[in-house]
Parts: sequence; structure tokens; C-alpha cells
Amino acid sequence: MALLEVDNLKVSFATPDGVVQAVRGVSFQVDAGQTLGIVGESGSGKSVSTQTIMGLTRGAKISGQAIFEGRDLLKLDREELQTIRGAQIGMIFQDPLSSLHPYYKVGWQIVEMIRQHDRGTSKAKAHARAVELLNLVGIPHASERVDDYPHQFSGGMRQRAMIAMAMALNPKLLIADEPTTALDVTVQAQVLQVIRNLQQEFGTAVILITHDLGVVADVADEVEVMYAGAVMEKADLKTTFYAYHHPYTEGLLLSLPAYGGGERERLHPIPGQPPSLINLPPGCPFHPRCPYVMDRCRTEVPPLAAVGTSATHLSACWLPHDVTARNEVRRKVVGEALPVQADA
Amino acid sequence: MSASTAATPPVDATDADVLLRVENVVKHFPVQSGKLFNRDPAVVHAVDGVSLSVRRGETVGLVGETGCGKSTLARCIVRLHDLTSGRVIFDGDDISTLPPRQMRPYRREMQMIFQDPYGSLNPRRRVGSIIGDPFAIHKTASGQERKRRVQEVMELVGLNPEHFNRFPAEFSGGQRQRIGVARALAFRPKLIVCDEPVSALDVSIQAQIINLLADLQSELGLTYIFIAHDLSVVRHVSNSVAVMYLGKVTEHAPVEQLWNHPRHPYTDALLSAVPLPDPNKSAQRERIILVGDVPSPIVPPSGCRFHPRCPKARQDCVDRDPELVPRLSDGPDHLAACHFPVEDGEDISKARPSLATEDRIIEPGLLGGA
Repeated sequence: MALLEVDNLKVSFATPDGVVQAVRGVSFQVDAGQTLGIVGESGSGKSVSTQTIMGLTRGAKISGQAIFEGRDLLKLDREELQTIRGAQIGMIFQDPLSSLHPYYKVGWQIVEMIRQHDRGTSKAKAHARAVELLNLVGIPHASERVDDYPHQFSGGMRQRAMIAMAMALNPKLLIADEPTTALDVTVQAQVLQVIRNLQQEFGTAVILITHDLGVVADVADEVEVMYAGAVMEKADLKTTFYAYHHPYTEGLLLSLPAYGGGERERLHPIPGQPPSLINLPPGCPFHPRCPYVMDRCRTEVPPLAAVGTSATHLSACWLPHDVTARNEVRRKVVGEALPVQADA
Repeated sequence: MSASTAATPPVDATDADVLLRVENVVKHFPVQSGKLFNRDPAVVHAVDGVSLSVRRGETVGLVGETGCGKSTLARCIVRLHDLTSGRVIFDGDDISTLPPRQMRPYRREMQMIFQDPYGSLNPRRRVGSIIGDPFAIHKTASGQERKRRVQEVMELVGLNPEHFNRFPAEFSGGQRQRIGVARALAFRPKLIVCDEPVSALDVSIQAQIINLLADLQSELGLTYIFIAHDLSVVRHVSNSVAVMYLGKVTEHAPVEQLWNHPRHPYTDALLSAVPLPDPNKSAQRERIILVGDVPSPIVPPSGCRFHPRCPKARQDCVDRDPELVPRLSDGPDHLAACHFPVEDGEDISKARPSLATEDRIIEPGLLGGA
């Protein structure tokens, strides 16, 4: 059984302008030691879905299930959730500066986190553990830096301190929400390396939320592509990049400079903009921007169904589910100009 | 201290094709010390002796990590900052010390596009009046004439001219960035400095803006200085790329030269850190993970500024500041500031510096062994 199994999660917020349907029926599961990458652009609902699981979306209307080790996280009360949050599910957020309290020493914040969940740990012991953790994530002179304030850390060190804090109680699952977006590439490489190594050492499951397909290619085992609050495609890493089915996945990959053919050639952006989550278009949410749009797409919502050759490759699209037929359509509609990946 | 970096620019200084020449530009910012009569206040060495040339119609990419001075250099070029020393020669004229009044005609010729399409547009003003600002400031068009020209430039960047009277909040991120581009284009400038123009945008929208900038370049013969932290974007748009580290250019080369034959270990590490959206390639390549963080620009390291983090560092790197010149068998347009340049095919991920420990940054745990 999977460590975390989310089923048909729906989240909506009532706003003065209308009801924002942020997440509209999302399902996924993560196994121990596995990394699930959730990819999507701003407003695709990728952060809201994991925040909801952690009970961090106040005032939202929520339905669905999120089974973590046999318990439905969405049905737990505040106190029960607190015993899980932090201890069994660790979280890291995008902005490490606003996630750390500027007023308290970094070490103190880790100590507090440890003692919050286990009053039995002595302060001295928790402090020693904090040093050990900072050392683990590669903070130089950890025994001295543990008494620094967050502003004395650089961006990369802060994010590593956040990882240290999230890993303090050996959680079974780590949710990383855009952990490297605010960081430079060289620092990003350091942070991803730390996450990878921790995962290898402790077998932690990771949910990595990002908009950067490069980061996903680097660390994920499974990928879920989200758009307008729904899952468009779900597959293992290589299928996502080399044998994608959904036109949105295709559009995302093709709009990257690395995929746009030779240097200085034109890129292939997805035309238009993402839809408003208050007034979603009928049918497939991607149809107004889709090059393959058919009449059916405008009225009927395509279900997430198995496509291609593998039972675990799911796509929510009315295009032929058979690989050859799908490629035939691609050839007809977008022409040979676009690279079709042969390698599966 | 910066004299040794006054290297030959990559193109002939007398070349008429050169639109912009930056010669040994230095920009220091004083740091508040708190002492009243402090004779020698500390300074941030934001840009410390940079020379560059930009040819007409070309795009020069500027890359480097946060705090390397790339944005400060850009602002020095368009004279949003006054230089501490050095010269900026635009279209044959030295503009580095011109007073504001005499600077004005040049301001029409050089424009800037900013990163944040939310912060760079006044939310309480209508789009038409924002884009019309350049005409108002330079008093070149008013009334109906101004409106006509604003709508013309809106059309040029792919905005609907009928949206003249809307507010920025009514536009999406990508469209707002088009407004920023339109404002920069109002006078058909020769040079546009783009400071992270697509960083705040989603991938699918980013490609729209990159295509727009490319189209405008070929249509209007624009010259760009393009700053971005996304190296794949820089590779896509640039003819040549200058890599900066702690206020200095460490390497400057034509784009494919730089990607295929990086000479400076920093360039090598930077390029190897870029995540590739291709799982097979990503799994195959050697990753060079740098230890530590960028040192303080208030007290930059001696010699080569990269030496405390460099896997190839030797004693020479601590003692002598390397010049920005062609290395190994490179042509005159490929410059690198390194005593021990990376050879083709050399794998520096296994290299270890031979330095006294006090000159190195050492990290424990997971990164140390990686």
C-alpha cells in the first residue's frame, strides 16, 4: 500500500468574485523512497492540493480523501494533525527567509520543533541533534552556526536549515513546495543534492512541487502534470519526457528553449493564457489553447484514462489513446516541424 | 587593484560596428559604518573593473549568481548609477560623466526592461499613459499624436490598441511584460537592457516574450544586453555571453564556444548546475557541485575571486589576479580570467584544490564528499 494516497481531492474558496475552484478532483499516491514530481504553472492548484492535505488551507471547502498510513488526514482534528505534521510529514517552502522566524536563532527553532513533538527530549539533547542535522545538510561549522540568526545565513543555507528542520524527526514523507525556485542554479544543485542524499539514506518519500521541468527531470521518479486545478497527465519520468500524451505536457516541453530546436530558432509557446478558476471553460480546461482541439473537447470533460502501452500512464485527453494513432494526429496537426521524441 | 583586469575588449575598439563599449567600469557602494569620522568607510565592490563590447544588432547575455554585479553593471551602462570609475562609450560618445541634461538625448537611445511586470508599472495609471510617458517626458508628442504613437507601439508588441484605457491590473503577467516592452520601445531605441525580463513568467508565457523580443530585434535592428539567471534562456537569445562572479567578468565568449568549451572552472560549474529538462542527458552528465557560498563583496578574496571555492585552485590563484585574455588555443573573442583554464574534455568534478586550508571553503557532510 502506498504511504500517502490522495483520492479525488477537491478544494474551493469562496471569494467576493465567485467560487475559485482551485483543485478539482486530484488523485495521487507516493510510496516510501519514491519522489513524485508535481508540475504546473501558477494557479494550477499544485501547492493548494498539498497544503490542503497538511491542513493549511483555512476557510476552504474540501472534499475527497488523503489516506496517510491508514488515516484520512482530511478528517483529523487539529491536535491529531499536529502530531503528524512536522513529525511524520515534513515540509519545505519556497521562501526560506519567511519560513524562518527572524527573531530566534536557527538552532533554537530546530530545538523547539523537536521538543514540540517530544517533550521528553532534553534541551541539550535536542541542541546536539540540531547541530548534527545542520552538519548533515552541509552547513559549515555547524556547532557555531547553530547559534546564528536566520539573517546571518545565505539563501542556500537558509533553505538547507529548513530541510534540516523538516528532517529533524525522520519524517516518512517530505513535501517540498518549490524548494529551489528562489535560489541560484549552483545553490539549487547543492539543495537538490542534499534532498537526494537524505532520501537515499533514510528512504524518505518526497513530493516535489515545481514549475521547473529541469528540476523534475533531475530528481523525480513519477510525474503528475497539473493544469487549472486538475491532473492532465501522470506517468513515470521517462514517459513524461519522451512519450507524453497530453497536448499540455507537449506544449510545456516545446516552449522550453532547450526543446526549441537549434539556437536562435523560434520557440513554440502555448498561445493564450491559463483560464480563470472562477469561470472555467466547459469541457477540457485546456481546449482554448490546444492545437488539437476537437468539437468534443469543447463540451465534454475527458476522464483521466490509461493511454499508450503502460497501465500507469494516464492522460485526460480525447486524442486517440494508442501511441501510433496519437503520433499520426501530431504529424497532421503540428507538422513535422516539431521534434517527436522517438526514445521511449 | 583593478588595473590588471583592464583587458582587451573582445572586439577591436575602433570597430564601427560596436554600439556600446564598457571600459574598466567600477562601481562601489559605500556601506554605512556607524562611526562619525570614519576616513576609510567599507565599500561593496559591486562591479570591479568590467570591460565589454556590444556590436550593433547583437545580444550579449550577462549571467552570474545573485550579487555578482550583473544588474549593477546594467544600471551603470544606462547611467541609472553613476560610475565610480571607468568609461561607458555609447555609439562613439563617452557618456560616463555627462550631466543629466546632456544625458537626455542618449536616454532615448537606451532603454531598460525590468523583471517584475507587477512592480514596474504604476497600478493607478492607465496603460496608455504609462506607455506614453516617454513622449511626455521628452515633449515629442502630445494629444492625439501621442495616442496614435502609443497605439502603434502597442500593436507592435502584440497588445490590443483598444486596451489603451485599461489599468495594469486588468492584464495578465505576460501582457504586463509586453507593456514594459512597449514603453521601452516608444522611441525606437538602439540599445535595450533587459534585466531578467522573463524570470517572473510561467514557462508557456516566457516563450511568447522571448519570441517577441527576437522578432523586434530583427524588425527594428535592436541591440540587447540580456540578463537572466536561467542559462538556457540566455543561451537561446544571446550571440555572446559574459559570465560574472563577484563584480568581475570571469569569461566572455560566443555562446556556443562558451557552452562547448568553458575555460573558467566557475563557468564549467555554473553550466553543469543547470537542470536539463531531459532525464537521459540529466542522468549522464557529471555534475560539479560547488561548495560554500559567494564570499562577501565587501572584502572580496585576493587574487582570483573564485579561488576559495574553485576545485582547481593553486597558490598562484591566491597571489595573482588573472587577466581576462584568450586561453589555451582559443580565438581572440573567447576570453577567460583563469590561470589554470579547463581543457576540453577535462572533468573538474574530481579535481581537488592544492591550497592552504585557510584559503578554502570546506563543507562537511553530504556535500563535502559529493
